[in-house]
Order: sequence, then structure tokens, then C-alpha cells
Amino acid sequence: MNGNKSRERWLGGLAIALGLILWQGVSAYLVKDPFILPGPGDVLFAFIALFWKGTLLLDFEASLIHFAIGLGAALLVGIPIGIAMGWNRRFDAFLDPVIEILRPIPPLAWIPFAIVWFGLTPYSAGFVIFIGSVFPIMINTYSGFRGVPRVFVEAGKMLGCTKNRYLIRYIAFPAALPSVAAGIRIATGVGWMCLVAAELFGVSKFGLGQKLWFFYNLHQMDSVVVYMILLGLTGLLLDMVFRHYVEAYFLRWRTGEVA
Amino acid sequence: MLRRISSGGGQERWPDMGNLKIQDLSKSFTREDGSEMAALDHLSLDIADKEFVCVLGSSGCGKTTLLRLIAGLDQDREGQIILDGEEMHGSSPKIGFVFQEYSLFPWRTVIDNIVFGLEMNGVGREERYRTAERYLELVGLKQFRNSYPSELSGGMRQRVAVARALALEPVLLLMDEPFGALDAQTRNMLQKELLEIWEKTRKTIVFITHSVDEAVFLADRIIVLTPRPGRVCQIFPIDLKRPRDRTSVEFAQVRRQVLDLIGQHCTLQ
Repeated sequence: MNGNKSRERWLGGLAIALGLILWQGVSAYLVKDPFILPGPGDVLFAFIALFWKGTLLLDFEASLIHFAIGLGAALLVGIPIGIAMGWNRRFDAFLDPVIEILRPIPPLAWIPFAIVWFGLTPYSAGFVIFIGSVFPIMINTYSGFRGVPRVFVEAGKMLGCTKNRYLIRYIAFPAALPSVAAGIRIATGVGWMCLVAAELFGVSKFGLGQKLWFFYNLHQMDSVVVYMILLGLTGLLLDMVFRHYVEAYFLRWRTGEVA
Repeated sequence: MLRRISSGGGQERWPDMGNLKIQDLSKSFTREDGSEMAALDHLSLDIADKEFVCVLGSSGCGKTTLLRLIAGLDQDREGQIILDGEEMHGSSPKIGFVFQEYSLFPWRTVIDNIVFGLEMNGVGREERYRTAERYLELVGLKQFRNSYPSELSGGMRQRVAVARALALEPVLLLMDEPFGALDAQTRNMLQKELLEIWEKTRKTIVFITHSVDEAVFLADRIIVLTPRPGRVCQIFPIDLKRPRDRTSVEFAQVRRQVLDLIGQHCTLQ
């Protein structure tokens, strides 16, 4: 999937180049209408224009704020609840039905209440992202804690780590961290996907998703494509930064582990 | 493999004792269908300070239950477990445990695994690393100080597990088939090393195994349990001189005697 071997990396580059050529060909010779399908050239010029005269930086800033509010809240709520449910069977039995009822509701279905509760503020966009990302974090934390091998807990007890608080902190949390991290990574993806919809209803003057709708209303489809690509690349970047940072630092011990 | 550790290093944290008295110990588990299953039935046993005892029994005879009760990992027992005159309830830093399966914390390096118990018991940073280094050296893994458990072989992992249990300087070391998952050669080597460690640190060791060969090689006394519910069936003192040679005629004779007696008196699969 990821071209580790640099010898094979050119294959991926080739596919991108072919894709661009195909795109240009279809838009210039088949569709012939930049409103229906702007070509790569149109998009490039739109990008240059937006870069010099647009509000790209402000859009990034606004979107990242919305995203940070949502993901931050999801971490603050999802991890403690996941830990409590994974560690305590009674708490699990108590909360599980409520979560299973709330979880299948699509995040975007919460938009009306986001507006009613938080108004047209960054917090309502953050709320929609929160709904999208809290469940993957909660559920992965839960299953990570459920899956902590009993022998680790018992070894900890034999070595004087007997209180629940310490067992969670020193044994269960590090043991569950790979699963928690995977949950955060999924949540990052889902949260980012909620962003465009979260900015659709005018919570701010700026934002990558907000601008996408703005230029659609102006029928500037080349600019719409610019924002689509920026959204995609930012999502990719977030994932890469997360993976690089977390896996290189927190999960160093997993390299070479076959489990 | 083993290097002599500098003497006069660590102060013993407990009076130099480790005798274990088990009286009328019974334990039963409740099955899924609600019926009771007796694992141990009025088991009594005395183990002297600094003695190396092997508990031998077929699988499911309750030998692991016995060890877990002594360790305080299983509760709700009948009867008494007395270590140095003190009745035991729950886990105690006076007891170290080496598990059958790999129990090292994979997210901690070798040295940080050994440090763990001292850290949990509030030993200062500098002192706990000093102590841990000593035990790391004792098991001969100095060059793997900063490795993660996933980078070690099975034999090395169990050596670290022994060092980790010893770092808290317990008086009693419980070992639950610690070499069961290892290949025969590694297993023999670790048995030899364990005896050297035992001679240097002088702990009381209760070692569970289902291998007669292993028990005869290691033990001062072999205690054979009956099949479930576990009770003491036979006790064999092993008077062979140490170091024992498992290929010698005497060794083979003792092993034969043990096997014969087990065959006559205790059904051992």
C-alpha cells in the first residue's frame, strides 16, 4: 500500500501523472465545459489566484479550530468513558445500551441541534465533528482495556501495583495504547470528513468547507476543486503527522512484535 | 553466563527468613452451571527457609491454584498460609512471582521492567536503577538493558522476569512452570542458572513443574500432588549433591525411584 521501497515509488507517481492527463483529456475534449468539469489547468490558475488574493490561511485556521474543538472534546469525553467501561463491567453494562442507541445516528443528523445549542459559532461545527469522532475513540479505548492480558495485571499486582488507579495508569493504559491510538486515528479521519458539512450552515466566514460552499454558490467550480484538493491533502497530512508522531514515539516498543 | 555480583551491595529489606507454613488449605471454584469444583482439599505443607521445593502434579491437579493462593492472586480460601509467622492475605512484596507465560510489560525496556516493582514501592529513582542494574547483571543480560521484550528470545524474557521478581528482594519466590514454554536446551541452561541465582540470593523457592527430570535436577524436596482435588501425595527429599549431573547414574536412579513411587501411590499422567 505505502510504497516503502523507493524503487517502486515511481509507480505511484506514474499513476498520478496518468490521472492528471486523463482528467485534462476528458475535460478538454469530452466535456468541454469548465463548469461541469474544470481541467487541471483551470484548477491550477484558480489556486494561484486564491493563493495571492484569497483567504487560504484564514480558511485553514478556521477549519483547524473547528477540528481541534471537536477532536479535543472527543478525546476528553471518549477516553475516560472508554476506560471506565473497559475496566468496570458494571459501568459497561450500565452505559452500553445508551451508547449503542446513540452511536448509529449519523453525525450530520445532529446539525439542527448543534445550531440550536451552540448557535452559529465555531462550537457548533466542533460539536458535529465531536459526534463523528467520539465513538471510534470511546470504542477503541474500551476494547483496548478489555483486551489487556490478565497476566500483565497480575504481574503488576505481584510487584506492588495494587490500586485500581495505578493499575490503570501503569499497566492497562500502556497495554491498551495501540488500540487507543488506532481509535484516535480513525476518529481523525471521520472528524475531518464531518468538517465540510459542519461548515455548511454558516458558522463562520472562513473555513475550507465554508469556502467550498461559497464558491459553489458563485459557480466557480475550479475554486471548488481547489478546496476539495486542499481538504484531501490536509486530511492526509493530519493522518501522516499522527502516524509518524504516535507510532515513532509512543509505540516504539511494538516494532518487531508479532501480535 | 552469570557474573558474581558485588557483595555488600543491597541491604536485605526483610529479616533473612522465608519459611512457609500451609495448613488445611482448601479451595473450590464455582462452575458456570453453579456446581462446586474442589481444586485443593485440606492441603498442608511446611517449607523451610531457603529451601528449594518443586511441586509436581498432573495438569489440573491444582498446583497452579496452590501457587496463586500463596501469592494472593486467588482469594476466598479455607485454611491458613503463614509466611514467617504472619498470615498472608493478598499480595505482599515479600513474595515474588514468575509466571508461566511471558509477563514482561512489552512497552517497557528490560531495565524499566526490572525497575517496575521498586517504582511501585516508592523506591527513589537513583536507588531503584542501581538495584535493577544489579539484578540485570545477575541474570547476565547487561547488554540487553535497553531492549524491548519483543526483541528478546523466550529464555531471555524469563531471565528478565526472574530479575524483575528478585529486584524487590522477596523472601519467597514462586515460579509457575516458568520454563515450560522453552526448548529443552534453553530449559536446561535456565535451570542451571536458576540454581546459581538461588545459591547467591538464598531465597525460598516454590517451583511448579510437571517434569520429573526438572524437579529432580532442581529440588531439595519434591512434593507430589494427587489429581484433583489436590492433596499432598508424596514428599521426596532429593539428597543428590549439587551441582547435579542429569546424565549420571545416580540421577537416573533417583528419577526412576520418584517415577516408581508416583506410579504406586499417586496417579500422575
